[in-house]
Amino acid sequence: MFRNVEELLAIAKEEGIAISEVMIRQEMKTREATRDEVFATMEQNLAVMEEAVEEGLQGVKSHSGLTGGDAVLIQKYMKEQTPLSGDLLLDAVSKAVATNEVNAAMGRICATPTAGSAGCVPGTLFAVKNRLNPTREDMLRYLFTSGAFGFVVANNASISGAAGGCQAEVGSAAGMASAAIVEMAGGTPEQSAEAMAITLKNMLGLICDPVAGLVEVPCVKRNAMGASQAMVSADLALAGVTSRIPCDEVIDAMFKVGQRMPSAFRETAEGGLAATPTGKALAKNIYGKE
Amino acid sequence: MKYRSVFDIIGPVMIGPSSSHTAGAARIGRAARHLFGRQPSQVDIYLYGSFKSTYKGHGTDVAIVGGILDYDTFDDRIRQSLIKAEEEGISVRIHEEQAGADHPNTAKVRMQDGQDQLELTGISIGGGKVEITELNGFPLRLSGNHPAIVLLHHDRYGAIASATGILAKEKINIGRMEVSRTAAGEAAMMVIEVDQNIPDTVMEQLEVADHITQAARISD
Repeated sequence: MFRNVEELLAIAKEEGIAISEVMIRQEMKTREATRDEVFATMEQNLAVMEEAVEEGLQGVKSHSGLTGGDAVLIQKYMKEQTPLSGDLLLDAVSKAVATNEVNAAMGRICATPTAGSAGCVPGTLFAVKNRLNPTREDMLRYLFTSGAFGFVVANNASISGAAGGCQAEVGSAAGMASAAIVEMAGGTPEQSAEAMAITLKNMLGLICDPVAGLVEVPCVKRNAMGASQAMVSADLALAGVTSRIPCDEVIDAMFKVGQRMPSAFRETAEGGLAATPTGKALAKNIYGKE
Repeated sequence: MKYRSVFDIIGPVMIGPSSSHTAGAARIGRAARHLFGRQPSQVDIYLYGSFKSTYKGHGTDVAIVGGILDYDTFDDRIRQSLIKAEEEGISVRIHEEQAGADHPNTAKVRMQDGQDQLELTGISIGGGKVEITELNGFPLRLSGNHPAIVLLHHDRYGAIASATGILAKEKINIGRMEVSRTAAGEAAMMVIEVDQNIPDTVMEQLEVADHITQAARISD
């Protein structure tokens, strides 16, 4: 069983296999399951992700009214105009937003690795899919690769906003997505790790400050940015850009930053955007009290 | 290693909005329900830390009650659980606790009916994964995500063998096991994590085994 990225890469190199394959083999061993069984479970998760994106692109609204409808706006803009940041990137952003808007509306989603950060992995997957034309198996492998890096972060740092801030949630999710994009695009396992490191570095210190305690503001847009960061980092890694700080050390740094983060910035709705005059006023409107 | 499966990371499939505060909360409630063995008539939920501060926004209370109604994380009925509980005559009280807790996402669930009472403390560690940290005053470390057996027993020689003997005979593998007691010779508790759901027939044998006073289980 791999405990960190270094070991994950070592197994991939030794056996001459992709990151996704390392994860698949480990899962088969851990659960004493066949390849078909492991793939079948992941297929169910993939189907839920597809449904959530479709639902979000139709337009949803949360109970609080704080979020919903932005995925529709972005898609409309893409049809009518030429986005400055590029179609593929904005498509990923819109699908990440779609997923998190469904989540905020208490819809059904698949946590990747959490619900608050559930947009980054499927958002990028369903965008990149249109460019790379993957097989269904490739799409499932995308999720196994994401899972492999998330597995390392979860076991060595944290994937919970309450424990480590948003860097641990959307930061991890974006990193996982970037590593998976690299593999799907034909990059090496090492390049996946570089993409993960570059992404997480840029998310370091990101606080978890949900307005009114709802997984809405700023969570939906943080997923939009997580998806875009994942795309850019993947391109950097595929271009041959490397991180001066190794991936495992970046993960460790993220963990230590999270530990020292005041509780006001760890999903308590007591700091950051939640503590702004407007953030507090929105909370008051929703709950009818301070 | 707290996380062992790729599906702890890519998953669970769940009703939003928060894996720790909604899906994890549902799992804590469901673990309590399974260990209690039936629907309670009275439920008290004590919330600490981030659970206390943000439960309304995340539907943490709704999710715990959904779990107590035996709904899984992806069950659409979770959204309506408070109404459903009321319809079924379950009285639910939510308590916002000011006291600190070791983990920011901590919930204590006390449930009872005319006959029995159960008190369980759980923490939600992220991504929907939970740990049960206390049961009826016994400290423990039990993952709420895998099948497990909890046995109350007399603190005597042979108690453990009588339980594990039954599992061996039924070809049930033990993944992890923990034994604790209030004081030497008094009440004790065994927690056995297993790989598959435990059938009724095995539970019936455990209930009447030597030195065992009560048997409960958590199913997948």
